[in-house]
Amino acid sequence: MTNTPARNTKVMNRFDLTSRLIAKLKHEEAVVGGIGNTNFDLWAAGHRPQNFYMLGSMGLAFPIALGVALAQPTRRVFALEGDGSLLMQLGSLSTIATLAPRNLTMVVMDNGVYQITGAQPTPAAAVSDIVAIAIGCGLSNSAWAADEEDFERLIDQSMSAAGPSLIGVRIDDKPGVGTTRRDPVQIRERFMHGLGVRQPL
Amino acid sequence: MSQTRADRENKMAAAGEQSSPETWHGIVLQTLKRNEIRLVPYVPDRVLTTLIKNLHADPCFTTFPTAREEEAVGIVSGAWMGGMRGAVLMQTSGFATLANVLASLAMPYQIPLIMFVSERGTLGEFNYGQSLVCRTMRPVLDSLAMEHHTVTRLDEFEFIADRSIKQAITTQAPVALILSPLLTGGKVFDK
Repeated sequence: MTNTPARNTKVMNRFDLTSRLIAKLKHEEAVVGGIGNTNFDLWAAGHRPQNFYMLGSMGLAFPIALGVALAQPTRRVFALEGDGSLLMQLGSLSTIATLAPRNLTMVVMDNGVYQITGAQPTPAAAVSDIVAIAIGCGLSNSAWAADEEDFERLIDQSMSAAGPSLIGVRIDDKPGVGTTRRDPVQIRERFMHGLGVRQPL
Repeated sequence: MSQTRADRENKMAAAGEQSSPETWHGIVLQTLKRNEIRLVPYVPDRVLTTLIKNLHADPCFTTFPTAREEEAVGIVSGAWMGGMRGAVLMQTSGFATLANVLASLAMPYQIPLIMFVSERGTLGEFNYGQSLVCRTMRPVLDSLAMEHHTVTRLDEFEFIADRSIKQAITTQAPVALILSPLLTGGKVFDK
């Protein structure tokens, strides 16, 4: 995990935080889960038709969520992404800051490792601060969650913010609790039903 | 050149700068509009300059640059699932960065990803690297059995673009429209 001295943040757990987020959702909010453990824990927290699970395309959780947010500006969109994934697509933070959709909340699950491939450290782990990077990209509403209560407070705050929000959470190196059913067509179709774009046959 | 002819050519040039359906970029803009494609993220290319400028000037479109082409693919994929149609503009070298996202997002999730690729690397290329990158494009498209057309003629372009967009949407499959230098003029050494 990252070790920036300025940060005084608790090491939390991905499944616990994801469950806390899902428990708050009462208005069919969309949730996009990034590759690997991030969407495994989203799946494990209880499938909802408004959940989208990425089975590849590492790094694209935020861009996909941005697309949903632009298409449906009145729906709140959450995107859950790992720190290693985000490193693949840091440029997307600038794109999101420029477009500034007010209905987008991004959560970065930061354990400093590629857990799923054997917990090797990311190149950023010892030196980079992802929230500082986000702020530098123009996402001024970015913050580390100090603990679980602070995470819930930041989620609540993001839902009425005037622009996009990014929440960094330090997490442990535990694997995901569940495993998403790897059926991409059904995942996409169910998501479109959940967003009211299509009706089931 | 007579004054009259110069005037006429200036007017034609001015019309070309806007979105005249007689130009290839005018056809792109009108065809996107007719098919209700309003979201157009892009990574720019010299050849696409006028098209990009005209898309920005037209309030029908939400158009913006992205840092990478695969980011743009992610954005239009999310937008499609949210009920908004999109298309991505890029250059050949940008397409070369897409194999992973095509194979792991657009194809398996059956997303009608519409791509306009300005072709560099052929018919007068001056950068050897560009010509090598260009050779990777069609093998990648063919290896995924993705629909693609290389457009060389203005008189065929509207038909190809309109039909390909409609086919992508109805069959829920990606399509790449490769804009040949024969259509666009391409980029040459002295530009």
